[in-house]
Amino acid sequence: MPSAPSPEPQAVLDHDGTGARVVLSGRWTADQAPGVEARMAEVADAVVGERLVLLDLARVERLDTLGAWVLDRTRHELGTRGLAADFVNARAEHRILLDEVAFRGFQESVPVRRSRAIDFLAEVGGTVVGAGRDLASGISFMGEFVAALLRVATKPARFRITSLVYHLEHIAFRGVPIIVLISFLVGCIVAQQGLFQLQRFGAAPFVVNLVGILVMRELAVLLTSIMVAGRSGSAFTAEIGSMRMREEIDALRVMGLDPVEVLIVPRILALVVALPLLSFLSAMAALAGGGVVAWLYGDISPDVYLARLRTSIGFNTFMVGFIKAPFMALVIGLIATMEGLAVQGSAESLGRHVTASVVKAIFMVIVLDGIFAMFFAAIRY
Amino acid sequence: MLQSHAPYPLPGDREAIIRVRGLEVAFGEKTIMKGLDLDVYRGEILGFVGASGQGKSVLTRTILGLVRKRAGTIEVFGEDLDDLSAGSRRAVERRWGVLFQQGALFSSLTVKQNVQVPMREHLKLSERLLDELARLKIEMVGLKPDAADKFPSELSGGMIKRASLARALALDPEILFLDEPTSGLDPIGAGDFDDLISTLQRTLGLTVFMVTHDLDSIHTVCDRVAALGEGHIIAAGSIDTMMASDHPWLRMYFNGKRARAVLQTGA
Repeated sequence: MPSAPSPEPQAVLDHDGTGARVVLSGRWTADQAPGVEARMAEVADAVVGERLVLLDLARVERLDTLGAWVLDRTRHELGTRGLAADFVNARAEHRILLDEVAFRGFQESVPVRRSRAIDFLAEVGGTVVGAGRDLASGISFMGEFVAALLRVATKPARFRITSLVYHLEHIAFRGVPIIVLISFLVGCIVAQQGLFQLQRFGAAPFVVNLVGILVMRELAVLLTSIMVAGRSGSAFTAEIGSMRMREEIDALRVMGLDPVEVLIVPRILALVVALPLLSFLSAMAALAGGGVVAWLYGDISPDVYLARLRTSIGFNTFMVGFIKAPFMALVIGLIATMEGLAVQGSAESLGRHVTASVVKAIFMVIVLDGIFAMFFAAIRY
Repeated sequence: MLQSHAPYPLPGDREAIIRVRGLEVAFGEKTIMKGLDLDVYRGEILGFVGASGQGKSVLTRTILGLVRKRAGTIEVFGEDLDDLSAGSRRAVERRWGVLFQQGALFSSLTVKQNVQVPMREHLKLSERLLDELARLKIEMVGLKPDAADKFPSELSGGMIKRASLARALALDPEILFLDEPTSGLDPIGAGDFDDLISTLQRTLGLTVFMVTHDLDSIHTVCDRVAALGEGHIIAAGSIDTMMASDHPWLRMYFNGKRARAVLQTGA
């Protein structure tokens, strides 16, 4: 049909003795938004100098809230410039819509102007205060945990053994393959690099000492802690966080159950049991990896490897590593559950706290490891 | 009692904006509905009732394409949803708005940003217009202007429903799906919400598909009621027809103690 009206909004201006008459046609709807705005801006410019402007809506094909809004806004703006503007020939349904959207000034939410230097200082201050608060709430949370632990210890019937076993399965048992694999590979890499460097001094056999002591004292525990923080710490935060989002934690509380006792004690205890076990497996896997590389690259046969290991690693080397594991577990567990309890209502908040949980846990594990290293050096153990 | 909506012609003469024929939905072995036929006519408010667990929400979600059907056809705006290309499907989706039961507001966006999401995706609007329209919709659903910059977690249940309605109306849809819009609201709040829906329906010429349990809503705003039971529509028609029905569940529903109380206070 050649005479079909164009869907684009049209505005035709017509002057007569008393004022301007603007005949609107086409579709004044959201999908025509750029046209709607442009036409009305043109109209507002074109009627300068008139006293009276009549907007004729008789030929408007469709009108929705966007169209009505822009029309009424223009009418209002013309009014502020001293022009009387009005709608004529509006159909009943268009009239209802125009009345419903009736222009009202929205107060602009003005962005507050700030100085960058002050912003920077405020940010630094906020971070320091936040870190201090984290530390304080961490210590207070640890107190809550210990209190709950003591309560459970006095009434062992309240201890949730099923929950402990469930978490042990998920943290320890299901974590074995990936932790063993990664430790084995790291053992290989350390041995290979050690061999290449030590061969230059003709000291290739010392690679066994290198691998043995490094793995036992530091690597096994550190690797396992980092893996567990990423694997189980994040899971704790997400579980507890989503329980908080759906008010499940509040539900526990009103039933007279202590969330720390029900949710957190079993999780942290499971971690404390699991981490030394996993660290041991990790150490064995790393030693095996080192042995394989020493055999392939350094011609150190497994017999020799084992014999040298026995002379280079004392019981104290083993203890230095494994004494740290429960402390690492405690730190990971406390950080993960604390972050979980801090989750607010939104999905974004959950994501942020899971990230924070993993990052803080890994950071604290490494800091703790450093403190232990200084301590053991000081007591010459 | 509000009976403000205009009288409508008989169903036979009217355009069915949604037409469902022979719908079958099953989850695994369990058949939820079979041989379900339903018409929703342009410009009406259809109340959709049924006992809990009968699949009211499933039917809504099937029409919206969130649940797969096993057999049958669903036509919306006269187009079979199965035959549509991805582009035409998007065009259809632009023409309906959905109010989910829990609101389903994006929790990391403010109310205003929530309302702007569909606008930004589907329309080319200037920033100024985007801001003004979002605020307009927020005011139209009866929220205070300061609610615009709040996050969903800072809103009460009633405010979440309203904010979610504002988002459903963002694109000026032709069909509005409401899943239990008044559940969880106090009676006054629910009454206000009913009035709001009826006002918006008249102003914007909406077709409203409302899943509800609220007898007050059914009596005050619905033009027609359809009842779901045993996997199909057991009855559809005006409230008077429903109340005259012999079906045991409908008799209990519309003539039970609670229904009589609504009638006495309302009529």
